[in-house]
Amino acid sequence: MRLRPIAGVVLRQFYLMRGSPVRVLPMFAWVAIDIVLWGFITRYLNSVAGARINFVASLLGAVLMWDFFTRIMQGVTTAFLEDVWSRNFLNFFATPLAISEYVLGLVVTSITTSLIGLAVMLALATTLFGLPFFSLGLALAPFLLTLFLFGIALGILASALVLRLGPASEWMVWPLPALISPFVGVFYPLATLPSWMQAVARVLPPSYVFEDMRAIVTGRSFAFGPLLGGIALAVLQIVLCAGFFVRVYHYAVRSGLLARYSAESAS
Amino acid sequence: MKIPEADPHLSPSAEPPVLRVSGLCKSYRNLLAVDHISFDLHRGEIVGLLGPNGAGKTTTINMILGVLAPTSGTVHIAGIDLGRQRSRALARTSFAAVYAALPGNLTVRQNLRVFGLIYGVKDLTPRIASLLEEFDLVRLRDIKCGLLSSGEQTRVALAKAMLNRPELLLLDEPTASLDPSAAQAARARVRALALERQCGILWTSHNMYEVEEVCNRVLFLSRGRILLEGDPRQLPYEHGARTLEELFIRLAREPLVAGVAP
Repeated sequence: MRLRPIAGVVLRQFYLMRGSPVRVLPMFAWVAIDIVLWGFITRYLNSVAGARINFVASLLGAVLMWDFFTRIMQGVTTAFLEDVWSRNFLNFFATPLAISEYVLGLVVTSITTSLIGLAVMLALATTLFGLPFFSLGLALAPFLLTLFLFGIALGILASALVLRLGPASEWMVWPLPALISPFVGVFYPLATLPSWMQAVARVLPPSYVFEDMRAIVTGRSFAFGPLLGGIALAVLQIVLCAGFFVRVYHYAVRSGLLARYSAESAS
Repeated sequence: MKIPEADPHLSPSAEPPVLRVSGLCKSYRNLLAVDHISFDLHRGEIVGLLGPNGAGKTTTINMILGVLAPTSGTVHIAGIDLGRQRSRALARTSFAAVYAALPGNLTVRQNLRVFGLIYGVKDLTPRIASLLEEFDLVRLRDIKCGLLSSGEQTRVALAKAMLNRPELLLLDEPTASLDPSAAQAARARVRALALERQCGILWTSHNMYEVEEVCNRVLFLSRGRILLEGDPRQLPYEHGARTLEELFIRLAREPLVAGVAP
């Protein structure tokens, strides 16, 4: 894998963002609104519930972590869609650019954009609503890492689906995080779910993150083992999703879909 | 600008061809788009790929560019098998086509920098400066490509195609949107590229005057097959036509007539 072609893919995204406030704003605007909204909700719930439960740590922390995950996923997908919207596939894929270099370029772009979103969310949640996020210190790293890895996996999967199904299918991939959220227990323990949903939750790495985060916030003991399992699962899912993207790409080259992508069909 | 003289008797050199297409086929369910075509393209040679709409020209070019996999057959670029070593083969190739405009939301200079990095061009900044100069793009360098006229966009596409100093250049109707003066300048640049840098060029065009002026050799494609091959200045006379255009029209219609004849 070569660095210069990857830098080319990332630089294209940087140029697009630099010259376009409508691309920069969504990096932090929607997550900032989410934090403010949930910040006030948790403040209200704290006043109603008294000192028994700290909703700021449990609910607002969960919203922040979930928004971080969706930003990662959307960072990959949006970078990919830029090439769909500008009909750039022929230009990119008729060059020496390897498919792995292209996907890595999308991932690097997503890391940059989602870190900006995370910084804004943390600044708002800690300063305005007193979220004790940094009190956990380095213990937070595996939680963020799990969400980061799963966000990458889901972003690659979403891009592969758009590549396979055509430009109009982008509406199908935006709600993917919302589709997953009931299963991973962002706001409630997994024990709340029926058994079949718990079975699905076991293959979704964020489940382990939110279950363990709740244990920390409520002062219960928890084991790092399942979270490490979640990290391993997320790594495996990245490999599988990247494999799926490569497979879809080869199908698109074989069928003629890549050369005539705007037609949305190879037949 | 004076057009460098074409050498109609250009002879293939001893070294391997810059492009070797062998038994290339592409079929889609019931449609045979390209039917066992084979040809070589040598360094310094400009070959015209001619044929009516739907003859298989763009399908052939897409297969040579690696964005469409052949059903069977092979493509070798500078001796490198495209199917096995795609990145190595495409590093020696470039293309410009009317249907593959560069991203309109980046400026001319930004597009050249992005593609320069992707092609791994060394000393990129001076290379871009030189191409902006060569293609008369200096005053347009900070304008978004989507805002340029079609002729200006073609010049940017040609500049991008030259970034990596290609050994093989594929040009799909490169002058289709240019005025006669700009088209003549583009032809001169491409001919100079072939002569001075010994680049092999595969050129498609529906302008037979242009083909006669630029190409050393032409391949007539119809229904995915090569019907005829030869010197564009000699072929019409060898086949009883007054001009290349007349020969083109006859060849384009003949297979259709043959198809319905009792």
